Amino acid sequence: MSMINYASREINCKIVYYGPGLGGKTTNLEHVYQKVAPSTRGKLISLATESERTLFFDFLPVDLGTIRGFKTRFHLYTVPGQVYYNASRKLILKGVDGIVFVADSQVDRMEANLESMQNLYDNMSEYGYDLTRMPFVIQYNKRDLPNAATLAELQTSLNPGWEITEPSRQRHTPDVYHAGTYLVEQVATGEWVERATYFEAVAVTGEGVFDTLKAVSKLVLKALS
Amino acid sequence: MHFGATSWSLSEADNAAIGHVLQRFLFDSNARCALVVDRSGQLVTTSGDRPPFDVTAFATLAAADFSANDQLARLIGERDFNTLFHQGEKESMLLADVARRVILVVLFDNRTTLGMVRLKMRGTVEELTRLFERMFTTAAARPVGQAPALLADVDDEIDRLFQ
Repeated sequence: MSMINYASREINCKIVYYGPGLGGKTTNLEHVYQKVAPSTRGKLISLATESERTLFFDFLPVDLGTIRGFKTRFHLYTVPGQVYYNASRKLILKGVDGIVFVADSQVDRMEANLESMQNLYDNMSEYGYDLTRMPFVIQYNKRDLPNAATLAELQTSLNPGWEITEPSRQRHTPDVYHAGTYLVEQVATGEWVERATYFEAVAVTGEGVFDTLKAVSKLVLKALS
Repeated sequence: MHFGATSWSLSEADNAAIGHVLQRFLFDSNARCALVVDRSGQLVTTSGDRPPFDVTAFATLAAADFSANDQLARLIGERDFNTLFHQGEKESMLLADVARRVILVVLFDNRTTLGMVRLKMRGTVEELTRLFERMFTTAAARPVGQAPALLADVDDEIDRLFQ
């Protein structure tokens, strides 16, 4: 739930990194924490188990700059990826303004990706949120691993698109991050579909981490304006 | 129709009204400090002694604490726990639900007692509930698609932010 605070002159927004266990959600936040100037970020809070698996959430507040004299402050959260932590995972989605789905590119994690994506849709709809109409970005992480699935395979499985039925939205919309591709397009069967924008990443080296964060933050601010 | 979480804004007048209620409560109860946190973990305002800790992190953890306890309440057949109390050796905290949308967090030490803070908190929560319900009703009454004036026509500025 974004909040515009006229007293402290801040715009606060909440972004949640979702995805299967060990997919790299916490690593994304750790990289952001290490790379942004200490003056523009707060503490990185991790509610984790002794083996450093996320138990409840990780949290990092970052300031991305100023719009009309208001600080844009983003609260970044991760959720625990393991299936059995769904109760706490769902709590973190409360009031979310933007979602990053961090998928694990490894072929043998495809089922875990799909299960987590379905779980995301289910949890969002229980709050009455429509993921297909919200700022939503997919990050394909671990692109450097030899057993990574191809981009086409990942897109087909995890980002096949959802049907657009409103005529006003049925127009080709280019994906500004991938020249020559479209986020909204008419497919061979005649249906109009929309996909989430995606990024390839290697979170341990930081590759793709800021591209993902910038894209989702921009979508959140544009959704507010 | 909202597709995701709704947004809301806190005006300077609302902030002043909340501050006034909190200051009176702190004076009456002798508590050290009060914070108002929204349910998604964002700090709305603080009053009283300046907290000597990271208030952003504190707000997030307080909201998570409250949410987790809400779920625990449901598991045992309660609708919610509308107040929570954490007792420390020197510092204690009392948290209370306000209008199901925000949380009042009060920090106090041995200059007062739990009973006194709890007694004075009851009326404060009622006053804050009226204030927040009015604020949220006003926000909900805004026609769909009408952006707050602050963020109208700022696409260029948003683009520049990410260059």
